[in-house]
Amino acid sequence: MSQVTIKLEDKEIYVYEGQIYIPNKYAAGTIGSKVLINIRDKKKLLGMRCPECNKVYFPARQTCVECFGLLDEYVEVSDKGTVMTYTMCNESTIAQPVDTPIYAVIQLDGADTGFVHMLGGVEPEKISIGMRVKALFREKEDRRGSVLDIRYFKPL
Amino acid sequence: MANRVAIVGVGQTNHASNRKDVTQAEMINEAVRAALIDAGLKMKDVEAVFTSNMETFEGIYLPDHGASAELGMIGKPGFKVATGGTSGASVICEGFYMVSSGMFDITMVVGFEKQDSGDTTAAITAATTPVWGKGAVTGAIGEFAKQALSYMNSTGATEEHASLVRLKADRAACRNPHAHLRLGLSSTDEVMNSGYLVWPLKMLDFCPQSCGACAIILATGKKAKKITNKPVWLVDAETVHQEAFRAGTFGDPTGTETYTQHVACENLYKRNGITNPRKQIHLAELYEPSSWEEMNLYEHFHLAEPNQGWKLVEEGVTDIDGELPVNMSGGVLSTNPIGATPTIRVAEAALQIRGDAGDRQAHRDVDVALASALGGPNWTVLFLLKRFT
Repeated sequence: MSQVTIKLEDKEIYVYEGQIYIPNKYAAGTIGSKVLINIRDKKKLLGMRCPECNKVYFPARQTCVECFGLLDEYVEVSDKGTVMTYTMCNESTIAQPVDTPIYAVIQLDGADTGFVHMLGGVEPEKISIGMRVKALFREKEDRRGSVLDIRYFKPL
Repeated sequence: MANRVAIVGVGQTNHASNRKDVTQAEMINEAVRAALIDAGLKMKDVEAVFTSNMETFEGIYLPDHGASAELGMIGKPGFKVATGGTSGASVICEGFYMVSSGMFDITMVVGFEKQDSGDTTAAITAATTPVWGKGAVTGAIGEFAKQALSYMNSTGATEEHASLVRLKADRAACRNPHAHLRLGLSSTDEVMNSGYLVWPLKMLDFCPQSCGACAIILATGKKAKKITNKPVWLVDAETVHQEAFRAGTFGDPTGTETYTQHVACENLYKRNGITNPRKQIHLAELYEPSSWEEMNLYEHFHLAEPNQGWKLVEEGVTDIDGELPVNMSGGVLSTNPIGATPTIRVAEAALQIRGDAGDRQAHRDVDVALASALGGPNWTVLFLLKRFT
């Protein structure tokens, strides 16, 4: 932490510059980990169906947003889907997984919900809502059990 | 005239150091569903949901937002309350005010904290301005070490008395399937030899970091009778604040300061005709981050004469077969998922009045119970619970 002075008109003001360091560990839990392991080992995309209202979520989750149903039935959804909406980044930041990503919400075939990922292998001006896309998985040796084991979705 | 408020359901997780098997949201959901089952209600019956958690303790921003579905908040009024250590009590105040005011007939309050995810003390050190107090704020332990020394100095209590409090907490925790630390301690020697954390606080004199959640469903008295045959009156709630350690000044640097406890007690006891708390209160669930603090709180809440709190422990008054059982859950010394810690106090007090506390049920009849919370700069929240008549 450093202490600097600034001038405000005729006053001298001290300002402390520092950083708050808060480490964090986030458990994916049993359900989330199972989804990631299936991506890593089998390139399979696991969702879950709500026993109360039949809504299929990808990725799998425990509680239904619609009806508070308790989910436990895994269902495999397709690696193909439809672009629901998208946005393009023109500036890179360290928070982004790649330079100037094109983020998209994609509804995978068999799922009732949108899933946030990236588009690739496509000219930005050719992208449109409703476009059909397919997941491009990384090679097996590069898959780490991460949502980024899918490099991006490319036009079908 | 305000509506009278009743507790119609309580639910909690089994608390533990680590819950890597679930996400934070999934962990919360366990307590929410348990409370619904306890009350015999569906989520759709609950009109509003309020929740409490300490922002940054788990290293993520707005943790409640990622758990809206699991909290049952989708499409409903409600929000998160964060007031430091008192968060899980402030959220009960929130639910209490809402039902009492007539705004809602049935609300749920949910406290949670998943301490396997972050670094609580790192977050606490960010609570002060860097100008006057940055280097001095090192988390809760230093504060309670100071309190322990002051208590020892002013009352003549010894480290053995603190060890007796710790043994009582462990005996209670061992009877409570939800408790986190169930150590099976057999003698004060084990506590005395547990090593100093910050003198004079020993490792076993201080609370753990736990993962857990606790949910309570509140309803108007009228609804309560229809919902369950075991409602408990949440008679009153009192919350008193004072200024945080902010400007390098602290009213009483010895740590014996009793301002908020004094005001909270005066208000709560006066409103409810309590003139002899030791006799009129049958059981208490107190927020005791350290074994020393429990003895201190006996005195602050007028359950013991000044400087005599340690005698209650020595004489067994506050044990399971005593006149005034305290912390039959095992208390904060055994279980501390911060955002849920005060919520658990009230839930456990309600179970004791219901007679549903299982092996940890106090031997004496419990018609009236006190639950407390403290946090941050010595803020105090008190609740009075009574048998439903």
